[in-house]
Amino acid sequence: MPTDVTTDNVEKTIYDGLVELGTERGDLSREATLESLDVDSLDLVELAQIVEDEFGVELRGDDVKDVKTVGEVIDLVVSKAG
Amino acid sequence: MSRRVVITGVGAVTPLGVGSQPLIERWSAGESGIEDGFGRCLEFDPLDFLSKKEARRCDRFAQMAIVAAAEAIDQAGGVEGLPYEPHRIGCVIGTGIGGLPSLEENQRKMIERGEKAVSPLAVPLMMGNAAAAAVAMRHGLHGHTYGVVSACAAGAHALGDASRIIRAGDADVVVSGGAEAAISGVAIAAFAAMEATSPTGISRPFDARRDGFVMGEGAGILVLEEKDAAEARGAEILGELLGYGATCDGYHLTAPQPEGTEAARAISLAVADAGLTAVDIDYVNAHGTSTPLNDRSETMALKLALGERAGDIPVSSTKSSIGHLLGAAGAVEAIATIEALRRREAPPTVGWEEPEEGLDLDYVPGRSKPIENGEGPLVAVSNSFGFGGHNAVLCLAA
Repeated sequence: MPTDVTTDNVEKTIYDGLVELGTERGDLSREATLESLDVDSLDLVELAQIVEDEFGVELRGDDVKDVKTVGEVIDLVVSKAG
Repeated sequence: MSRRVVITGVGAVTPLGVGSQPLIERWSAGESGIEDGFGRCLEFDPLDFLSKKEARRCDRFAQMAIVAAAEAIDQAGGVEGLPYEPHRIGCVIGTGIGGLPSLEENQRKMIERGEKAVSPLAVPLMMGNAAAAAVAMRHGLHGHTYGVVSACAAGAHALGDASRIIRAGDADVVVSGGAEAAISGVAIAAFAAMEATSPTGISRPFDARRDGFVMGEGAGILVLEEKDAAEARGAEILGELLGYGATCDGYHLTAPQPEGTEAARAISLAVADAGLTAVDIDYVNAHGTSTPLNDRSETMALKLALGERAGDIPVSSTKSSIGHLLGAAGAVEAIATIEALRRREAPPTVGWEEPEEGLDLDYVPGRSKPIENGEGPLVAVSNSFGFGGHNAVLCLAA
């Protein structure tokens, strides 16, 4: 069963995923920009795989192309689930 | 005025340790980095050198290339110390197979969990040009950059091609060599299935008891630089890549042509390209794989190409100490050759004890021996032969 798509659950999964991809945990916040974290398009595809495994929510390249901050990624996942 | 190519930096990751010095020092001392039938780089931890993100975006062969390249470029004075535009600096790195472990891992994920489990990094991890791309990206190089794929001749082909690029005037520096890290399921099983690898796990080139090669892994990277420009900037010149010869057996998918005729032609071409003749050669760094077929045909090729000179000079195999580094072998062995010439000492063919009829060259048994030829620069040929009948020979001086 996929995990419930709550903001808290999504935030934890995104944060853990970004750390797995090489981001320092101390640099993470909702306001942090993907650019400042050196998160590029390949990272976002990997993150989308992690999100889909966990929540069953599918993110395509088009969905994330305008996303700028970590918080926006979290909100996008929550809204796609709803 | 013809352009010449010198070596101003070397770097290596091998089963003898991280760095070019452990390679030459430990091999010269007759030590072996082979354990349990494999030449693994047990001391190499990518996270000692790379960020977590950089490491996970490279297969092991490319990680090793990055570390070897960093050592070589550092020795050459760093990219910032090279007075050339970035587009005049290239990067040509050979490999036999590329990121095979990454391919295997993603294949397993796809079988177990379906297509969606395949990583978006799978292609950049496994592509054969990944090492060249990673090194160029790390150092901001914008010249000729690509991978070379010719099985166990790839490292030598890369260096030969790189020297041609400089001689043709298309670059002033090429960071070049080879990298391989394919000690994984399919490759181990496949080499064993064709009975190419040693069932006893012993690498003893040219010995009568040899029964196949030992798989190794690692990387060797050299900074090749146009001679006049290197001298003008006051670089320390470690040696010169004098000549390059490449031929193909056109004979069999895996077996060498038994009389070594095309291998011999590659040796002769390399010596002639250097403007030299057989009598000028002081040392041979043999391909010497420890397979029954290679070591016999290579011995015949050396006699064919060098005539009587073949019997008068030391001939030793680095693979006796580290195993067969496949697409990295030619580059690691070029480094070992340059360092051996600089020390004026031929390292031994470790473990050589029993002669075989017809294999009667001086394979340097037991311990290192002096390379004799007055006080001037010494000259060597370094042989690399790959499946497919690919022969690449470098003529080096130091």
